[in-house]
Amino acid sequence: MSRLAAIAIKELTQLRRDRMTVAMMVVFPVVQLLVFGYAIDTDVRHVPTVVFDQDGGAAPRDVARSLEATGFYDVVGHVRSYAEISDALRRGVARVALVFPPGFSAASGAGRERSFQLVVDGSDPQIVASATGGATGLVAARNQRATAQRGAAAPLKVEITNWYNPEQRTAVFVVPGIIGVILTMTMVMLTAMAIARERERGTLEALIVSPVRSFELMVGKIVPYVGIGYVQITLVLIVGHVVFDVPFVGSVALLYLMTLVFMAANLALGLVFSTLAKTQQQAMQMSFFFLLPNILLSGFAFPWEGMPRPAQLLSEVLPLTHFLRIVRGIVLKGAGFEDLQPHLTAMGVILVAFVALATLRFHKRLD
Amino acid sequence: MTVVVDARHLHRRFGKLVAVRDVSFQVDKGEIFGVIGANGAGKSTTIRMLCGILRPTSGSATVVGHDVLQEPEAVKRSIGYMTQRFSLYEDLTVEENLRFYAGIYGVPRNRRRERIDAVVARVGLDDRRRQLAGTLSGGWKQRVALACSTIHEPPLLFLDEPTAGVDPISRRRFWDQIHALAAEGTTILVTTHYMDEAERCHRLAFIFRGAVLDQGTPAQVIARRRLRVVEVEVEGSTLEAAAALRRLERLDELSFFGTVVRIALRDEPEPTARVVGALREAGLRWRRVDEARVSVEDAFVAMVHEDARREENAA
Ligand SMILES: Nc1ncnc2c1ncn2[C@@H]1O[C@H](COP(=O)(O)OP(=O)(O)O)[C@@H](O)[C@H]1O
Ligand SMILES: [Mg+2]
Repeated sequence: MSRLAAIAIKELTQLRRDRMTVAMMVVFPVVQLLVFGYAIDTDVRHVPTVVFDQDGGAAPRDVARSLEATGFYDVVGHVRSYAEISDALRRGVARVALVFPPGFSAASGAGRERSFQLVVDGSDPQIVASATGGATGLVAARNQRATAQRGAAAPLKVEITNWYNPEQRTAVFVVPGIIGVILTMTMVMLTAMAIARERERGTLEALIVSPVRSFELMVGKIVPYVGIGYVQITLVLIVGHVVFDVPFVGSVALLYLMTLVFMAANLALGLVFSTLAKTQQQAMQMSFFFLLPNILLSGFAFPWEGMPRPAQLLSEVLPLTHFLRIVRGIVLKGAGFEDLQPHLTAMGVILVAFVALATLRFHKRLD
Repeated sequence: MTVVVDARHLHRRFGKLVAVRDVSFQVDKGEIFGVIGANGAGKSTTIRMLCGILRPTSGSATVVGHDVLQEPEAVKRSIGYMTQRFSLYEDLTVEENLRFYAGIYGVPRNRRRERIDAVVARVGLDDRRRQLAGTLSGGWKQRVALACSTIHEPPLLFLDEPTAGVDPISRRRFWDQIHALAAEGTTILVTTHYMDEAERCHRLAFIFRGAVLDQGTPAQVIARRRLRVVEVEVEGSTLEAAAALRRLERLDELSFFGTVVRIALRDEPEPTARVVGALREAGLRWRRVDEARVSVEDAFVAMVHEDARREENAA
């Protein structure tokens, strides 16, 4: 234990002296978040919308106008069938369609319950969130006003159909995802450099010749960086909440607990890279190469469900794939431990595999 | 006498290159044993095999009672190793380096302070404790490295070219410390390619292209070469004198030291008379012709020549 502590203290001291790295670790997540956050936020309003009016009366036009007035929707055209809606969404002409059934105006005039349908392109969760929120908000407001004016009136209803995204993802998917991407990037890179640095500076030989066990060396090198990871998550969550108004539905403690396994898995993978790389440069390059599949396959940039089966299978070995489900689950849907346990187990298996691999690969010998 | 290092037919290949060839020697407790050889002779490779961090291709060794192949971790606990490149963390202070090495060598927490103070006092580092190791000069780095490798009071200390690139005064002081450690009972195996340092060892092994040419005390090794050395101070050109002297039979080596030409002769009962004869024959004049002490360097050069002749005969 004292040897492990010696390693950890030494790593921290060195880190403190490395101003550049510390600055990078604080600046990087914030810059990343602002770039990603704003890039995504610009398009959320004025979602191009088509109207499929099977009624033809005044009520649909009235509802459509009020929806446009919320700022979420821009009516870009009218269509005459579901096939045309499908076309418009596929081609990207529209992301939302409003469908009014026959008799909508009549029911409205008679004070009967009536409903319209909102079809949303689910491939972009941001759009799903705003399109759904806009319509449900408006409907609720209208019903409230009607009740206040006329007493118990028959309500207006909106039926939301999420196309291309049957899972009905609801809120801000990206900010929680960034936590995972940033942690993957920095954790892997930090430890990938750690052993390579010792090798480059000629201190590895002295470490190998000491009685330190491979396991002590590996864990001692991981521990200090876990602390840094927590600083990063906290920063992203705070900035995400303050600047981007990302809700935090679930338990912070649960998130921090589960993140531990995720960070450790990435740190351990960094150590595996470290044992493979001869120089820090190589270690850095490996980390960057590793980042790419993480962004593409984990479900961060593209919906995981839309990926082909082989890509999905491959993504299962990436800790980020599992972590995204966890972090989105906790932050956005308020998921509890039981809901997420399978993902946690998967990350645990990956962690054990990486630590074992790193420990096996790191022989306390030069040959 | 207890044998602390027992190397038996150590052999190590890197691909086709034979870095260490059938090396055997023994080091006794409290001894300063020098492994002497040029760059690339195989000194570091030999030390690494003895430390248990490099596996011999064949052969074996026992170090502080532990077999390097069977129990490398037990070996590691019983030794100190100062690597060729002084394994210091340049971004840590002297004291932080010492604390780190005390930690990984498992020096008990309550003894660390005392041990650090002791090694700091020994190598005279007191006013440098808070300096970053990277900002120290070569001589100081060497002292810190020695302090780090002795922090856990190892019974056996490996020093791999500890004085490479260090000024002569620091080198002397360093050797004083090595002798002090040996006097306290620490066994020391040191490699060097400085011949003046070879003379400071109790016993030596000369290693050339991976093979041990000879071993023993400096006096034994010198005596076995049966050399006589003559120094000639000439009046005219040293080059002319050298040309005449190179024709001497059984000449082992001729070298220049300023205005002095130094000649080593093998198996020569009357070396000065032979040199004077050769100079006279060439019509040269001299200021002085004296017999000089045979150095370890002379002996080493002679050994390399012996090796070359053996190879020639074999071919
Ligand atoms: N890891 C290695 N891989 C390949 N060749 C090596 C390795 N280590 C040493 N050598 C070679 O073995 C020979 C002996 O090296 P070394 O033991 O470092 O010599 P010395 O320490 O006496 O200068 C050299 O030719 C060196 O290039
Ligand atoms: Mg060497």
